[in-house]
Amino acid sequence: MAEALSGGDMLIRALQDAGVEYIFGYPGGAALHIYDAIFRQQKVEHILVRHEQAATHMADGYARATGKPGVVLVTSGPGATNAITGIATAFMDSIPMVVISGQVPTSLIGTDAFQETDMVGVCRPVVKHSFMVRNCAEIPTVVRKAFHIATTGRPGPVVIDVPKDTTDPGITAPYHFPESVSLRSYNPATRGNGRQIRKAAEVLLGAKRPVIYAGGGVVLGDASAQLTRLARALGYPVTNTLMGLGAFPGNDDQFLGMLGMHGTFEANMAMHHADVILAVGARFDDRVTNDPRKFCPDATIIHIDVDPASISKIIQAHVPIVGDVALVLDELETQVASEQARRPDCPDREALALWWEQIRGWRRDHGLDHHLPAEPGKPILPQLAIQMLYKVTNGEAFVTSDVGQHQMFAAQYYRFHAPRRWINSGGLGTMGFGLPAAMGVQFGHPDAVVACVTGEGSFMMNMQELSTCLQYGLPIKIINLNNQALGMVKQWQDMQYGGRHSQSTYSDSLPDFKTLIEAFGHVGIKVERAEDLEPALREAFSERYRRKLVFVDVWVDPNEHVYPMAVRGGSMRDMILSKTPAGLEDNY
Amino acid sequence: MRHIIAVLLENEAGALSRVVGLFSQRNYNIDSLTVAPTEDPTLSRLTLVTTGDDSKIEQIIKHLYKVIEVVKVVDLSESDHVERELMLIKLRAEGPTRDEVKRSVDIFRGQIIDVTATTYTVQLSGPSEKLDAFIRAIGKTTILEVVRSGVSGISRGEKVLSL
Ligand SMILES: Cc1ncc(C[n+]2csc(CCOP(=O)(O)OP(=O)(O)O)c2C)c(N)n1
Ligand SMILES: [Mg+2]
Repeated sequence: MAEALSGGDMLIRALQDAGVEYIFGYPGGAALHIYDAIFRQQKVEHILVRHEQAATHMADGYARATGKPGVVLVTSGPGATNAITGIATAFMDSIPMVVISGQVPTSLIGTDAFQETDMVGVCRPVVKHSFMVRNCAEIPTVVRKAFHIATTGRPGPVVIDVPKDTTDPGITAPYHFPESVSLRSYNPATRGNGRQIRKAAEVLLGAKRPVIYAGGGVVLGDASAQLTRLARALGYPVTNTLMGLGAFPGNDDQFLGMLGMHGTFEANMAMHHADVILAVGARFDDRVTNDPRKFCPDATIIHIDVDPASISKIIQAHVPIVGDVALVLDELETQVASEQARRPDCPDREALALWWEQIRGWRRDHGLDHHLPAEPGKPILPQLAIQMLYKVTNGEAFVTSDVGQHQMFAAQYYRFHAPRRWINSGGLGTMGFGLPAAMGVQFGHPDAVVACVTGEGSFMMNMQELSTCLQYGLPIKIINLNNQALGMVKQWQDMQYGGRHSQSTYSDSLPDFKTLIEAFGHVGIKVERAEDLEPALREAFSERYRRKLVFVDVWVDPNEHVYPMAVRGGSMRDMILSKTPAGLEDNY
Repeated sequence: MRHIIAVLLENEAGALSRVVGLFSQRNYNIDSLTVAPTEDPTLSRLTLVTTGDDSKIEQIIKHLYKVIEVVKVVDLSESDHVERELMLIKLRAEGPTRDEVKRSVDIFRGQIIDVTATTYTVQLSGPSEKLDAFIRAIGKTTILEVVRSGVSGISRGEKVLSL
């Protein structure tokens, strides 16, 4: 006989049975039966945040760093709506997450009851799926389905809205957690079409100017090893999207850096001039392609993705392959090997050598300088701060970021050696993501070094979580690239609005971050001179502070812009490289 | 181009709003939409008419499949099919126009399903253009009210849309 449990107990038991370690949440009336169930058990740990948005980013950061779904619990009404930004953030980046929201009792739904919000309706465009619980007996099945949907196919957030009466301690039902679920209407793709994969192998081996363009799908699909093996076997250049950084080792010679709006010169040039592009788990985002009509005019495009709707959405794929990226890449590797056995002259080594020569030329002429000097007396370059962070952490930290110039500098200058180390809000671009995401990462990897690269603007959007960090002893290292402005906005205003800094500066009203951090019970360090940067970072990451949260407030050159920057409405080769751009197109 | 898309959908609360929401969210237009349970009460069948070029229709179908409750999708306009729409139309029918209206209804093989001294209520079914044509044909007659069901469609021959 199955044990009889109340809905609240069932919900928590089902989370235990789904293997959940942490719930990131915040209580309130509609969720109190559930909170009582949490109190009466030990297996799942609840992390009390200070704002529901932060709870969603923590669950998200946890999911990105561990590959396991993140779990959130909020109350109805304002609790639920506060979670929306984080749900949308996870949705845009395809992050597996299960969000449980309390709801007013079923009998009050639709009456404009206190703290009633139609959560299923509000979240609809930003979830993979949602459920409204109808009775306590169905809770285990709903939870099982929610995890199944969130974690399979193209992952994404799933909401479970739980009316208070369904968790009533006075109503019980037999508890049974289904081993597996099958949904006749949901069968995500697994293996790719064999014929298409063979065709892809042929096209790949016929290439003279190939580029492998790998995105976040490779990270999410745990296909980094497969991608790296294939790329090395072929000797082809690889570029990663903002979401894909770490999918291919950032310190590898074959790596061209990130592509797109703030991608490297060599990555964007190689894309534009390529004759074959292998796109893997990438979605031809507008921040990558620039004007799709001018996108890579000579390229035959092979596109592998688990989501059929991503294929040929923006750019028509010549060889579309729908499937799990890891499985498809495994098969592609086999096909490439057998094709190569039949055509030993492929790929064309001479052409490939010429191609690499051209790419190295681009890199030499306009590539990023990863050996910036720390010049005493000069303002601190934000790029230098990231380069130093890379050096001090041996390139092995988990790095989360917020949104703005600092994010782009981190993406450009921190070279990620492994997947799941670079954690940022790429799709939605959510300021305020960095700190709570770092907290989620630290929960997932308690002994790892976790750094959050932020800007003073973004940081102030979720800094209340410093209190949560103290409560749970999270030793995160926050690197605040303080340019005393909404730097990325200011950059656009410099470049496109004649330098009119409309509402993008606030230097006269910034807090003294060192004091602020200390008031929260953490360690604050302020750095103003280039020569102090390395010692300050070494101190922050020292053994002395291994168990402490340290905030390094780095006052960087406020006039620095992020380059390269794509020319609006251009092709991928159209980039501005500095504040005084030379006529590039003539040369290339 | 105009397409008639048929969708089999889990007959569950919220499923329809997800389909409709998809269309507004992705800026696809819906010209008409009908939905009702099928002979299998766990399934609803939805027929929607939309317009777009081939790549847009391909995206619409792919995105429909991404809605978890969507079981099957078919673009009926891709092959031979029959489409029907039902219209109920209430017309002012007085004096000399009364006979004229009656004649038009007969020509279009409609039925007068309700009569008062001053009005006719007409039922007409057929492809949407036929209904449009009737409205044009009655010309000057005053239309008091129109209700159209939206298009239902089904493939010709052996082809069926089922699980
Ligand atoms: C929630 C949110 N609001 C607004 C924006 C638009 N936005 C993008 S970057 C940016 C400035 C960020 O400033 P800061 O965090 O200091 O970073 P910086 O660019 O100065 O490095 C703004 C306002 C956003 N991405 N997210
Ligand atoms: Mg700033």
